[in-house]
Amino acid sequence: MEHEFASYMNWIVPLIPALPLTAFLVTILFGKWFIKEQAHWLPILAMAAAFVLSLLVWWEVRQADEGFYVELFTWIPVGDLQVPLAFYADRLSTAMIMMVTGVATLIFIYSKGYMHGDPGYYRFFSYLSLFAFSMLVLVLGANYVMLFFGWEAVGLCSYYLIGFYYHKTSAAAAGKKAFITNRVGDFGFSLGIFLLFVTFGTLTYTEVFEAVEVEGAGTATMTAIALLLFAGAMGKSAQFPLHVWLPDAMEGPTPVSALIHAATMVTAGVYMVARSSVIFASSETAMLVVAGIGAFTAIFAASIGIAQTDIKRVMAYSTVSQLGYMFMALGVGAWIPAIFHLITHAFFKALLFLGSGSVIHALSGEQDMRRMGGLRSRIPYTYWTLLAGAIALSGIFPFAGFWSKDEILGIAFKDGAYIIWAIGLVAAFITAFYTFRLIFMTFWNESRMEPEVEKHVHESPWSMTVPLMVLGGLSLVGGFLGFPPEAGVFHHFLEPVFEPANEILGIHHEPFGGIDLTLMIVSVAVAVSGVVLAYFFYVRQRDLPEKAGSAAQPLYKAIYNKWYIDEIYDATVVRLVIDGSRFLWRSFDAAVIDGIVNGVGKLWEVSGAAVRPAQTGKVQNYAGVMFAGVFVLLSAVIIAYGL
Amino acid sequence: MDIPIEWYLVLSAFLFVIGAAGVLTRRNMFIVLFSIELMMNAVNVNLIGFSRFHDNVIGQHFVLFTMTVAAAEAAVGLAIVTSLFRNRQTTMVDQFDLLKG
Repeated sequence: MEHEFASYMNWIVPLIPALPLTAFLVTILFGKWFIKEQAHWLPILAMAAAFVLSLLVWWEVRQADEGFYVELFTWIPVGDLQVPLAFYADRLSTAMIMMVTGVATLIFIYSKGYMHGDPGYYRFFSYLSLFAFSMLVLVLGANYVMLFFGWEAVGLCSYYLIGFYYHKTSAAAAGKKAFITNRVGDFGFSLGIFLLFVTFGTLTYTEVFEAVEVEGAGTATMTAIALLLFAGAMGKSAQFPLHVWLPDAMEGPTPVSALIHAATMVTAGVYMVARSSVIFASSETAMLVVAGIGAFTAIFAASIGIAQTDIKRVMAYSTVSQLGYMFMALGVGAWIPAIFHLITHAFFKALLFLGSGSVIHALSGEQDMRRMGGLRSRIPYTYWTLLAGAIALSGIFPFAGFWSKDEILGIAFKDGAYIIWAIGLVAAFITAFYTFRLIFMTFWNESRMEPEVEKHVHESPWSMTVPLMVLGGLSLVGGFLGFPPEAGVFHHFLEPVFEPANEILGIHHEPFGGIDLTLMIVSVAVAVSGVVLAYFFYVRQRDLPEKAGSAAQPLYKAIYNKWYIDEIYDATVVRLVIDGSRFLWRSFDAAVIDGIVNGVGKLWEVSGAAVRPAQTGKVQNYAGVMFAGVFVLLSAVIIAYGL
Repeated sequence: MDIPIEWYLVLSAFLFVIGAAGVLTRRNMFIVLFSIELMMNAVNVNLIGFSRFHDNVIGQHFVLFTMTVAAAEAAVGLAIVTSLFRNRQTTMVDQFDLLKG
């Protein structure tokens, strides 16, 4: 069915990324001297307008099975490689832009309150706008080059914003760590794009996917392409073993953690794999790797979350773990549940981060949960919204996280991937435990705050609580987009996008049955028992955590130290690079290269010294040489021609 | 009876070599300048000789020019020597070796 799109689509689709770009340019150019404390208006309005436009796009796109393609101009024409600057708004990218612009608008509003009075106020809003632009290009681009552009640009913004408090050494180091870790993944990602071009001769989505379906390529090639692309996703979406940067990224301001390191940028990897579903579906090995890495990361990161004491770090590991869930879903071919979880996760994880930010704001910058407690009645709006987010994250009926997480587990089970299902279930248990550990430690019990901090506890301004309430509402009802399970509004909306991939995999939908209900009850029971266990540990018998910790001393130490991954990297990769560089510097650069350069200089110095005596400075010597020369020349002429 | 061309050439060669030897060996700047004059006059003798040999008067014109230029050159040269002497209180060429490497 060819659908005729309204002609205004031609300009509103490019306008969606253009709006935040304009906001960025104006704010960065005029912010420091002219806009100053009013820097939030333009970015907020631009984002809100982009959100409205996204709704318009959705209105159009939902009537068609195919996406809307608009080409502005040829961006890179090099021989066979013709890369147009083109946008592609299909159902998947529309779902993404609605989520991105919506969540970004809320977080921009929140930032107005949170960043109030910061000397870098205008800088913060301009970077956020640049980020929004990059993210929208990433999801709206019509080919892999535009995806890559957005991909790198969001990475750059992430680097800027992690190191926003650049005068702090730890923040600057965290920014570098994020950037360098991502380079590892992006190396594979760019190789994947090259291989894609070499194999199919095009990088435009629609053409690539058609070529994969119609002609195909060898299994080995498809596996290589898929795994290389996945390497990029592992970096950007913080999957084991490239997850190390995300917890450190919490050095950035909290709205940044919420927007970039929870809701949007880190999900780019999930989006990319879902976008390339046809490619991944063509390789069983790749699917297995995606599912395996995802499942492992889900439980691995969740286990670290148990023992962290920094409120934002708990959230960071939770994000890594939830991203693992998404990849797990993609790996078993549950494309739509993965995207569904991406969207609901964006709601409740943005909420949880903003709520944590509100707590930190109330406590004048305190982030350690051991020095919180008893905040329930002191900051009620924050408490209740954060509680909604926590229930959603734990996956308890009927909050958003329940529907999406349960669906992933259900499909894994019905697919026969029992191991993955079991891992997911255990991770869900741990998730519920650490989430409510956070709630109980922060809001319940008696206050453990410093007296100085306690005096200043205050509820955040409306610009912070209103976004919290909106996101809280979305966390409560957002899951019903996917109701009834596997056949909700959301599923029907995205179905055409993943039809080709499902055809390759041979997936067909079974109606909701008794088995689903049983699985649902099991997963809710598991989540609730996690909450109950947390209640016992952190409210009822508060000597239990210590007892458990000393009973399993090595295990506790291992998870408290994040399984020593950073230490292992330091001892192996980092040490190797630093020592290797130092060795090369001393033995090669200083000895060989400098030796050659200095040797050349020395050569002329020595040879110059050798011939210097010829220059006596005495005119008669010069004249003598000249006469001798003339004599020799004349003699030669005479000998040659005769007298 | 005409004087054969070889006589001119031999005389000129002698004069030239004497001049060259003077330029190269004498330390006094004045003597060096005079030696240069001598070399120039060796050339003049050559020109006169060939002028006679070819029955062409242009050679003698050249000689007149050369003598004029030589007079001017001598004036400049002596002025330079005077100036040098005022600065260094010597006219010995081997004392002027500022460009020694």
